[in-house]
Amino acid sequence: MIKSLGKWVDDRLPVSHFWNAHLAKYYVPHNFNFWYYFGSLLLVVFVLQIVTGIWLTMSYKPSADDAFASVEYIMRDVEWGWLLRYLHSTGASFFFIAVYLHIFRGMMYGSYKKPRELIWIFGVLILLVLMAEAFMGYLLPWGQMSYWGAQVIISLFSSVPVIGPDLALWIRGDYVVSDATLNRFFALHVIALPLVLLFLIGGHIMALHEVGSNNPDGVDIKENKDDTGKPVDGIPFHPYYTVKDLFGLGVFMFIFAAVLFYWPDGGGLFLEHPNFTPADPLKTPEHIAPVWYFAPHYAILRAVPDKFLGVVAMTVAILILFVLPWIDRNRTRSIRYRSTAFKVNLFAFAAAFIGLGYLGTQPPTTLGTLASQLLSAVYFGFFVAVYFISRRERTQPVPERLQ
Amino acid sequence: MADSPSNPARRRFLTGAATAVGAVGVGFAAVPFLSSFQPSAKAEAAGAPVDVNIGKLSPGQMTTVAWRGKPVYVVNRTERMLESLPEMDDRLRDPNSEVVTQQPEFAANPYRARKEHERYLVIVGLCTHLGCAPTYRPEVAPADLGDDWQGGFFCPCHGSKFDISGRVYKGVPAPTNLEVPQYVYVTDEIIRVGGSEEDVA
Repeated sequence: MIKSLGKWVDDRLPVSHFWNAHLAKYYVPHNFNFWYYFGSLLLVVFVLQIVTGIWLTMSYKPSADDAFASVEYIMRDVEWGWLLRYLHSTGASFFFIAVYLHIFRGMMYGSYKKPRELIWIFGVLILLVLMAEAFMGYLLPWGQMSYWGAQVIISLFSSVPVIGPDLALWIRGDYVVSDATLNRFFALHVIALPLVLLFLIGGHIMALHEVGSNNPDGVDIKENKDDTGKPVDGIPFHPYYTVKDLFGLGVFMFIFAAVLFYWPDGGGLFLEHPNFTPADPLKTPEHIAPVWYFAPHYAILRAVPDKFLGVVAMTVAILILFVLPWIDRNRTRSIRYRSTAFKVNLFAFAAAFIGLGYLGTQPPTTLGTLASQLLSAVYFGFFVAVYFISRRERTQPVPERLQ
Repeated sequence: MADSPSNPARRRFLTGAATAVGAVGVGFAAVPFLSSFQPSAKAEAAGAPVDVNIGKLSPGQMTTVAWRGKPVYVVNRTERMLESLPEMDDRLRDPNSEVVTQQPEFAANPYRARKEHERYLVIVGLCTHLGCAPTYRPEVAPADLGDDWQGGFFCPCHGSKFDISGRVYKGVPAPTNLEVPQYVYVTDEIIRVGGSEEDVA
């Protein structure tokens, strides 16, 4: 009975074809390590954000008069509202933790290289849209940091030559950040950008499943197939990696729950303290800092002593990722077989990113600015160095098969 | 499509022409969507002038009023503050207020105020860098701002410094002086922010 119903559907919709193509008969390298958890974790966090987000919109009011009070209402009066809200706010930070680790994985194992350039480009687009999504979401509680953070970030656009001031006005829809701004950010945050993200994630995964996954050895498993056409070093994604990823999800959820229940504000990093005060358009908080996941870019912005050039540096810091597949001219994918120079360069880059993240959360000081300038140089220096290192790099021989 | 359509050149032309016309249509259809992001008529109308009574403002004191949603600072400057102004010139980026967008014509002077009421400074309290509200720091040589600080405004966001006339220091991220809004004295004690001479004529 169930079987015939299944066949009835299958004749009309390619369900089993989809299941086989993407899970049961989708072959992936058998040597995925710790770093390969984050892709599937990101998908889970994305769904978590969508679901908690839908529930939050049921009690939230997107107006300058009511927004702050409605968030307090969710926290105090709505049944389980505090849990939904903390799931959403903690989820945002964990989204970025997983994204940054996922990107670093790609850089270590050369997952951006031919034939996976398009997967990488989709990934950087997802990062950009995710940043916009997070920024607009942060305005919604209408606290002091929401307000002044939005004021500063929208003002970045005003530094664009000629059209800048009109552009900032167009984004705000008013002469200052106001009810109009809040309302449109709500619309973009809950419907427009999530839809864009959904399409980009679809493209990211479709492009991945077209060329197949890279792996820690950077060996192309499609080069070695058995008589039936299956890669010898491949195993079907389901059940092998669905089970492995579920284990990873369990560990992730353990850490996530610990933060969620015992440390929901992340010590002022996940939810900043001034944001528990309602927005006051007449007074800036003594020290304003972005949420931790924007701090590295913010530190780069502050490191440049010129308004427009600072914005340019910050923008380029993200956009430069798009061209990484062409800057790195070496064919060897995995860091395991690359030169010491490349390894040093990559870890210096990661250290600079973390260092900038710390500096971006601190008040501006002369010494801090100097450190930011130094680390910004290391950040951009990575891309310059990769270009030259990769030209005549002495790599170790890459094995034929997975180790 | 058939394998070999008749009149391929004509078909290509018609397809191209239809696409071009369609693209123009899409362009026109985008106008209302993009324009709807502009400030609404209500937001544009909300710029009504605001009256400030300065009668009770003692020397050295500052008051803040909201005008068009922005903070406007009104400072009653002391004699010492006014005397410090000429000494500041070589530390400032635009000591003579030459950037015309930052003040009405009447305020293009070292006081950046109306000549007949030069004690009172009226400025928009938003940093010209990224729009934070600078803090009023009237004290001389505080520990955090250095020995040669003569009083002025300090932006906590990115460390921009302005003197007591809202003129920007050299070597800070803010590019221009703080903006002086259009204002007028209705009486000696009432300033109308956003008001022009026609209001009192």
